[in-house]
Amino acid sequence: MSSVAPTNTLNPLADHTVSARLAKKTTRHFRERVIEGVLFLCASFSVAITVGIVVILVSESYQLFQHISLFEFLTDNQWTPLFDDAHYGIMVLLSGTVISSLVALAVAIPLGTMIAIYLSEFAPFAVRETAKPFLELLGGVPTIVYGYFALLYVTPALQFFFPGLPGFNLLSAGLVMGIMIIPYVSSVSEDAMRSVPMAMREGSYAMGATRFQTAVRVVTPAAFSGIAAAYILGISRAVGETMIVAVAAGMQPNLTWNPAEPAATITAYIVQVALGDLPHGSIGYQTIFAAGLTLMLLTLFFNVVGHVMKRRYRQVY
Amino acid sequence: MADMTVAQIRALITKHKRWDLIFATVGVLALMVGVLTFVALFAGMVMDGAHRLSWDFFVNFPSRRAENAGILSAWVGSTLVMLVTAVTAIPVGVAGAVYLEEYAPRNWMTDIIEINVTNLAGVPSIIYGLLALGLFVYKFGFGQSILSAGLTLALLILPVVIVATREAIRSIPGVIREGAYALGATKWQTTADHILPYSVPGILTGVIIGLARAIGETAPIITIGALTFIAFLPPAPFTGDPPAGAFDWLFAPFTVMPIQMFNWTSRPEAAFHQNAAAAGLVLVVMTLSMNALAIYIRYRLRKKIKW
Repeated sequence: MSSVAPTNTLNPLADHTVSARLAKKTTRHFRERVIEGVLFLCASFSVAITVGIVVILVSESYQLFQHISLFEFLTDNQWTPLFDDAHYGIMVLLSGTVISSLVALAVAIPLGTMIAIYLSEFAPFAVRETAKPFLELLGGVPTIVYGYFALLYVTPALQFFFPGLPGFNLLSAGLVMGIMIIPYVSSVSEDAMRSVPMAMREGSYAMGATRFQTAVRVVTPAAFSGIAAAYILGISRAVGETMIVAVAAGMQPNLTWNPAEPAATITAYIVQVALGDLPHGSIGYQTIFAAGLTLMLLTLFFNVVGHVMKRRYRQVY
Repeated sequence: MADMTVAQIRALITKHKRWDLIFATVGVLALMVGVLTFVALFAGMVMDGAHRLSWDFFVNFPSRRAENAGILSAWVGSTLVMLVTAVTAIPVGVAGAVYLEEYAPRNWMTDIIEINVTNLAGVPSIIYGLLALGLFVYKFGFGQSILSAGLTLALLILPVVIVATREAIRSIPGVIREGAYALGATKWQTTADHILPYSVPGILTGVIIGLARAIGETAPIITIGALTFIAFLPPAPFTGDPPAGAFDWLFAPFTVMPIQMFNWTSRPEAAFHQNAAAAGLVLVVMTLSMNALAIYIRYRLRKKIKW
C-alpha cells in the first residue's frame, strides 16, 4: 500500500496520458525543426547574395574577355568602349578612382583621426554625447546631395582661388567625399580607442604624462588595429563612392594623376553607361561588369589587408 | 631629472600642458570642419531651393519647364520602392539574425555566414546594382521596375538589419532564456515570445537606419536602368491595363527622389538647379529625421531598460 499510494498522488494521470504527451512532443519537435530550417535559409541568404555577385560579375566579364584580351584590359591607356575605335584600358578609370580616393583620404584620415582622439580622450561628456549623433547624421546625408554640393558650391569656391579650374574636377569631388567619409573613420576609431582599458590611461597619468602624451603614445598604439580597420573602411567607401564623382568630376575617361582635371572613375563609368540604353549582351554592357569586377577586387583587396592588420596588431588586454 | 630645478620642472609641465590645449583646440576645429560643411550645405540648399517648396512642387510631375516641375512621381516611387524593400529585408534580416544568435551551432558553416555578412556590409552599393541588373532585370525578367529596385535595396540593407538585430538580441541577458526553458518552452517559443519582443526597439533602430540609407541610394537604382524622366504614376491596384491586378504597380517603370535630384543637378540651366536644391532639401530632411528617430529610440532604450 505504501508503495502504490505515493505514485498516484504525485502523478495521477500518469497511466493514460503518457502516449498523448509524447505524441504532442513529436509534432512540437517537428515544428521546431521546420522553423530552424527556415531561419537557416534566411541566414544563408546573405551567402547567396555574395555568390550571386561573384557569378554575375565573373560570367559577364568572362564574355567580355572572349572579345578582348586581359593584357589589353590591364595595359591599354585609353578607355573608349563605346566608340568605333574601341579601347579597353581599365587603367584610365582606375586613375580617376585612385586620385579622387587619395584626395578624399587626405581629408578624411587626418580629420577623422583627430576627431576620434579628441572625442575619446579630451572632450567633456556633453560634447561627446552631442557630437557623436551629429556625426552619424553627417554620414546619413544621401551622397547625391553631397554631389550637388560639390558641383554647385565647392567647385565655384575653389575656382575663386584657382581661376583655371574646370567646372568638373576630381579635386572638389574628392574633398567633399573626404568630408562624407569623416564620420566612418572617426566613429570606428573612437570606438577602438574607448575600448582601451582605463587602467592603461591611469598608468600613463600616474607616470606624469599629460592627456596629449597619453592619447598619442598609449591609447593610439593600443587601439591601432581598430584604427586601421577604420582607415580600411574609409578607403573602401572612397573607392566605391559613386554619385559624388559622377556628378562633380565629369564622366570623361581621362588618364591623369592631376586632381585638378576632370576624369571618370570606375563607378562613374558604370553610371554613365546605365543612363544610356545599351542593349543587353552587347560589349558595352559587358564592360560595366568588368569594371564592377575590378572595383570588387579592389575593395576585396583592402578588406583582406584590413583583416590581416587586425589579426596582426590586435592587442589582448 | 635629478639636476632639474623646481622651476625647470614647472616650465616642462607648462610646456606639455600647452600641447594639451593646442590639441584640444585642433580637435574642436576638426569637428567644426564637419559641422560647418553640413551647415553650409544645408543653408545653401535652403537659400537656393526653399522658395520652390510649395504644394505644387509635391503634386506636379517633372516637366521641361523648370518652374512647373515637381516631384510627384519621385516621392511616390520612393515610397513604393521603400515598401518593397521593407517587406523583404525586415523578415529575412531578422530571421537570419535570430538564427545566428539563437540557433547557429559553432561550426564552419556559421563562421562563413558571419564573415560573409561583415564583408557584404563593405561591398560598394553600385555592385549591388550590377547584381540586380544581371539577376533581377534580365535573368528573372522583372525589368526596370519597382520590384527590381525594391529588391536591390533590400539586399543592400540586409547586413544593416542583421547586424542591428544581432546586437539587440545579444543584449538580452541569458536569464530570460533560462527562465523560459525552465517553464518548458521550446526554443522557438522562447524566441517568439521573449527574445523578439524585447529586441524590437533595437531592431527598429537598425531598420530605420537601413531604410534611411536606402531612400538616399542613387547608384544601384541608376545601374538597374531606372528612367530619369517619368511623368506618370504606377497604376493603382485593379486599374492598370488588363490583366488588372492588385500588384501591377510592382512592374511599373518608376523614378525615385535621388534620381530626380540627379537629373536636375546634371542639367546646365540654373532654374533646374533650384529644383535640385528643393528636392535635395526634401531628401535631407527625410533621411535626417529618420536617422534622428533611430538615434532617439536608441537613446530611450539605453535609458529605460534595466534587466
